[in-house]
Amino acid sequence: MTDRPDIRAAVARRLQQRHAAERRFRLYGMVAIGVAMAFLALLLGRIIEQGHSAFVTHSITLDVPIDAARIDPAYPQGANYDQMVATALAARLNADIQNPEVARDLRDLLSPDMGFQILSRVREDPSLIGQTVTVEAPVGDSADLFFKGEIDRATPQDQRVLSDRQIGWLDQIEAQGLVRAHFNWGLFTRSDSTQPETAGLLGAIVGSALMLMVTALLSIPIGVMAAVYLEEFAPKNRLTETIEININNLAAVPSIIYGLLGLAVFIGWMGLPRSSPLVGGIVLSLMAMPTVIIATRASLKAVPPSIRDAALALGASRTQTVFAHVLPLALPGVMTGAIISMAHALGETAPLLMIGMVSFVPGVPESIVSASSALPTQIFIWENAAEAAFHERTAAAILVLLVFMVIMNAVAIVLRRRLERRW
Amino acid sequence: MTGLILILLAGFSVAIFLLARNRLVRAAATGPGRLHSRPKYHAAHAAIWAAVPALLVLFILAVAGPQIVTTITWADLPSEAPTMEPFRSQFQYDAEALARGGTASAVTYSEGQLQALNAHAARIESLSGRIRLGGLAAVVLAAGIGGLYAWSRARPDFRARNAVEGWIGGLLLACSAVAVLTTLGIVMSLLWESLRFFQTVSPLEFLTGTHWSPQIAIRADQVGSSGGFGAVPLFVGTFLIMMIAMLTAAPIGLMAAIYLAEYASSLQRAWIKPMLEVLAGIPTVVYGFFAALTVGPAFRSAFNGLGGLLVGGPFNDLGLYLMGVQNQMALVAGIVMGIMLIPFVSSLSDDIVNAVPQSLRDGSYAMGATRSETIKRVVLPAALPGVAGAMLLAVSRAIGETMIVTMAAGLQARITANPLESVTTVTVQIVTLLTGDQEFDSPKTLSAFGLGLTLFVVTLALNVIALRIVQHYREQYD
Repeated sequence: MTDRPDIRAAVARRLQQRHAAERRFRLYGMVAIGVAMAFLALLLGRIIEQGHSAFVTHSITLDVPIDAARIDPAYPQGANYDQMVATALAARLNADIQNPEVARDLRDLLSPDMGFQILSRVREDPSLIGQTVTVEAPVGDSADLFFKGEIDRATPQDQRVLSDRQIGWLDQIEAQGLVRAHFNWGLFTRSDSTQPETAGLLGAIVGSALMLMVTALLSIPIGVMAAVYLEEFAPKNRLTETIEININNLAAVPSIIYGLLGLAVFIGWMGLPRSSPLVGGIVLSLMAMPTVIIATRASLKAVPPSIRDAALALGASRTQTVFAHVLPLALPGVMTGAIISMAHALGETAPLLMIGMVSFVPGVPESIVSASSALPTQIFIWENAAEAAFHERTAAAILVLLVFMVIMNAVAIVLRRRLERRW
Repeated sequence: MTGLILILLAGFSVAIFLLARNRLVRAAATGPGRLHSRPKYHAAHAAIWAAVPALLVLFILAVAGPQIVTTITWADLPSEAPTMEPFRSQFQYDAEALARGGTASAVTYSEGQLQALNAHAARIESLSGRIRLGGLAAVVLAAGIGGLYAWSRARPDFRARNAVEGWIGGLLLACSAVAVLTTLGIVMSLLWESLRFFQTVSPLEFLTGTHWSPQIAIRADQVGSSGGFGAVPLFVGTFLIMMIAMLTAAPIGLMAAIYLAEYASSLQRAWIKPMLEVLAGIPTVVYGFFAALTVGPAFRSAFNGLGGLLVGGPFNDLGLYLMGVQNQMALVAGIVMGIMLIPFVSSLSDDIVNAVPQSLRDGSYAMGATRSETIKRVVLPAALPGVAGAMLLAVSRAIGETMIVTMAAGLQARITANPLESVTTVTVQIVTLLTGDQEFDSPKTLSAFGLGLTLFVVTLALNVIALRIVQHYREQYD
């Protein structure tokens, strides 16, 4: 080794540079991870921030005199109950209900749900006509936003949805103790509506559940059996090779293409009903099948060959070996894969747009062939809505969807932890 | 009706199962020979033969029955029926709806036509009634023949296990053929509808035209003159957003994968990997919502603010332009899509980096290289084909991604490389063309299938190439 200080210094300098490069490189890696984590936190944080307020809503309780002069007892649905409610409210607020503008502004603060409630009570019990009933209903969407503090009084009047007069009324209403804040059960007990305050997720949740049922019933049995065939029985030939290449490619086909398939084949050609959970479920099951097959094959592969050898040595046939020994041992892995692919199917949106699950469906779907929406498409529909009150509901719907997905994934993880065997 | 038949059939099958098992058990107990298979196999064989032929007949009937009725009655519509399409078809639909007990459409018919409609509906009803009756007889016959055959085979020396296992094998093969059928279904449906589209718009015009405005093509004869089906702007928009997404996802995903594979402690890995999986598991509609309501407005106000600072200075024009930037810019959709792709890229790259043999790293360390030098000079070059394959898969994902662009990119079809402009993509146009009111035959609707076919071909080609590369790369080190 030469002892030249200039070389030593150059080496030391070079080493320093190299170590600095090392630290920089490592930093890049940490920054990359940090960026990904930050985006995740930002995404979830923003959705919780936007959505949490939708879980609280404000209801107003009013004593409404049912004006016998305005109701034809033979045809109660013909009466204008919204006007009666507005009159009752005007009486509490000392407002002039005769003025049509005042009446309109008052009705804006209330939900049409109040009128519907009175109508259904009158239908049930016509003797109520002429008496006074106490009804509780959600306040209108703008009033709800105001009570949540999301409408700023300082904003000039022409730039906010509520006028100064309406805000004055709302202050009076609050002062008189007519409103109360409570958990928004309506979000889970009502279906889609054109009015944000009465729009809920029940129809979408039921639609998603029906669809997922169809998907699970189709994709899991077929996918598992296909995987069993390919892993345990298939001879190595052209046909099985074709099938394998197919499955790998299907797993990477864009989801919207499956929607086009559903539209052309199941709706156009077979004539199955549009917007129905049946078609949605079939399309999603075709999408989920490659994932189920791949997961099942992986867990079948993990079962050691000694199990098969032992069963065969005792005189079991191939079929008996697979169905009595290999498949039961692989079942935990199969279940985990199946649940995870179902969770994935739950969040899939694009193919459902193609088969018409974006139409406005105000009720709960009765069967798998009736028109329905689903949770992700409901999110899409609400995101497109103009009313500001729908935005918080969209975020709330996302939270509900994410909770369902978290539950499914948690079940899968618990299953894996509990039942998985290491050989 | 069909439900009742299915229940009866199931009952028949169970009955045969029990009878056959009884017979075999008794034969084994009293007879001279021993059973070839366990009684449950004999019984299952009998039950299969009792049910499957009848089910097959039922299925054929359910699929073909209505078609037969339509074909026969369509051939001799009454003379009163409208002669012009689409009213002639509507007449047939209405008659079929009436025959099912439904209501006719809102089309107004003359008095004579109405009578003819009712008569036609009655004919359809009687014809489908006869077909249903004949079908029922066929189902009963099939069940009977199947049951008799099964009964004749319910003997102790029959090789029942082998027969049943043959059925099981067939079922398994059929299930795995579903994958092939799905591919065939995709290809056939896309091709079929696209061919109908390409009858009105030439493929050359579709692939090279630069003017996209399908909305104005209301009538078929307008199409040629308006020339609104040039898809180049869509391809450019898709490419622009894909590039932005890849510029976001590729460095971040790759660096994250390298950090996880080469630097992270096992504790860090235990935390970071599930986080990335969460990012991967979030539905794309949620990313779309995030892009449209958080990232879009944030970017817009940032650019508008920047523009406000520049106005009046040397970059006055740029400032004015930035002040007019809108929410729906390509940049927003691209970056959010890039975030979505980070876990995809990183998990694929992670596998690939891990597949590089340790001996290569050890060799490099032995020569005195630092970790980062080893990664940059040895691991990455060795993993390059695999990483390239992973990137191609990510590109194919980005091209096919729908929800983010639908919610965050715009609808304006324009050819631009400016990420601050609003562009539209192939998937956005498919969604726009196929949601809402639509008739199935207009070129506007069919053009969505042309776009779908293009998308399918491109993503399929990318996948095939990428999978080839990845496979080849894996074999290298196996």
